[in-house]
Amino acid sequence: MSVSVPHALAVLRRNAAMYARTWKTSLLPNFFEPVLYLAAMGVGVGSYITEMAGMSYVEYIAPGLVMVAAMQGASFEVTYNIYVRLTYEKAYDAMLTTPIEPDDVLVGEALWGVTRASIYGGAFFLVVAAFGLAPMPHALLAIPLVPLAGLLFSAIGMAYSLRVYTIDLFSFYFTLFLTPLFLFSGVFFPLEERLSSGWMMVAEVLPLLHPVRLARAAFSGEFSLQVLWDLAYTFGLSTVLLLSSRRIISRRLTT
Amino acid sequence: MHVIEAENVSKRFGNRIAVDALNLRVPKGACYGLLGPNGAGKTTTLRMTYGVTRPDIGSIKVFGLDSVKHGRAVRSRIGVTLQDTVMIEALDVYDNLKVFGRYHLLSGVELDRRARDLMERLELDSHAGMPVKTLSGGFQRRLAVALSLMSKPELLILDEPTTGLDPAVRVTLWELVRELRREGTTVLLTTHYMDEAERLCDELAIFSQGRVIAEGAPKALIREHLAREAVEFEIDADDDAALLQGLSISGRPLRIGRRTTVYLNDAAPLLARLREADPEDLGNMVVRPTNLEDVFLTLTGTRLEGGA
Ligand SMILES: Nc1ncnc2c1ncn2[C@@H]1O[C@H](COP(=O)(O)OP(=O)(O)OP(=O)(O)O)[C@@H](O)[C@H]1O
Ligand SMILES: [Mg+2]
Repeated sequence: MSVSVPHALAVLRRNAAMYARTWKTSLLPNFFEPVLYLAAMGVGVGSYITEMAGMSYVEYIAPGLVMVAAMQGASFEVTYNIYVRLTYEKAYDAMLTTPIEPDDVLVGEALWGVTRASIYGGAFFLVVAAFGLAPMPHALLAIPLVPLAGLLFSAIGMAYSLRVYTIDLFSFYFTLFLTPLFLFSGVFFPLEERLSSGWMMVAEVLPLLHPVRLARAAFSGEFSLQVLWDLAYTFGLSTVLLLSSRRIISRRLTT
Repeated sequence: MHVIEAENVSKRFGNRIAVDALNLRVPKGACYGLLGPNGAGKTTTLRMTYGVTRPDIGSIKVFGLDSVKHGRAVRSRIGVTLQDTVMIEALDVYDNLKVFGRYHLLSGVELDRRARDLMERLELDSHAGMPVKTLSGGFQRRLAVALSLMSKPELLILDEPTTGLDPAVRVTLWELVRELRREGTTVLLTTHYMDEAERLCDELAIFSQGRVIAEGAPKALIREHLAREAVEFEIDADDDAALLQGLSISGRPLRIGRRTTVYLNDAAPLLARLREADPEDLGNMVVRPTNLEDVFLTLTGTRLEGGA
């Protein structure tokens, strides 16, 4: 078995064709959500915080929230939607009557997760930039980080979804995994100031931490060697998880 | 040249044998039917044919290629209509065809042309822009078949194409299958319906619990296993031995409750006896040509007890 990129793209285009039906209604909330976050956290909570790491609170949380948006854009796609396609719509059974193979499905779905993350995170970035919260030009470096975070959370979500046999278990993924990540990955407060260096080592396993740090580096224009570690983590974990899903998806689609 | 060749193929799920020592040869241009009740192994056989289920023993060659090892190549030349609905319900007919065509890497003008041709051919164009979920069962099934024709397949696999359809739609689909065959397409289909198999297929394999229990042309199968005529009538279990005594009956009488079916080459002597025995009850008597259903019931004895 091997991946055929054209076939993987055909998988992606199936999802895109469905999304094209509803994008007008689903894109609009993509712009509202960041505004609500920035208003509540930045202007609301932020008005009690004079400054954080040398900037206003709303400036502080902006880069992390862009990464959160990418995470959320990918996550819904690769959890509930994959489950629906697998179980109810029998989309993969249909694909496997054509030259498409399980590996193509895996890659196509991951790329679609990246696409959705890019739409979601991209919209968020535009809003952030429109409010003047993205220092130019170096904040533009955060743009490629959006699909990268999308890839990471597609890989994580798919590794989970393909191992799960009931739809009820997805709520655990959101409440016990994504929500804590959202709160404790350095988006709202500097983790390294609250944790001892020992615990900080442990916190390095948190997947959202790395895209958030990368985005913060891009927004501030200050880069350290840590950038390399964050990139290595993000690419590395994505690759490992996608590879580990090959066997599982093949087992779920073929007998 | 055989389009499909299966040699001694077996597949089990856990300790249930789904397909047991299957041998299958489907000649180019033929319509081959797999006939059998629920759970007999028909779908499993089809899935092994297009390489998505791996046989435990043996292998299936399609166009001379191993269907598992060369799955991609095999599936680029075949079309499959699955038993379950797999269309995208939110999308319309035309978009569904395009999505499916892309799975075969069709694009641009060619993709559009094939989608339109098939909509015209299967009389779907009046509903081209309707979301699939609003279509009737008959339209949906025609679309399902249209999807599998997007690749212009040399081999068309149909898993229970007419289950749950009304008679008019069944006839339309039968006509389509005949037309495709005239164009040289080989067809492998499964069905529960004996009449469908008899009308469409030039060769059949009758499945029961994973095994092929009989194989051949529909007419030959009937001739080989049973006499020409079937007589159905109602009689008490105790009385049939006397009634049937001395008649040349083929196979064993089949009975469900009081309803008894007997096969003979010449029904006349039995009819005379029935008339004599009970002139009142003739309304319940049916004389008809023996069909595949009779062969199936005789071979499997499902739900039936032997008489006499
Ligand atoms: N993936 C699977 N896992 C476990 N058992 C299976 C699987 N697929 C099929 N089976 C079993 O194998 C047997 C044959 O199933 P198959 O679907 O081939 O039958 P069928 O003839 O197509 O039946 P139907 O007319 O109901 O469609 C059945 O007992 C079924 O339960
Ligand atoms: Mg079946």
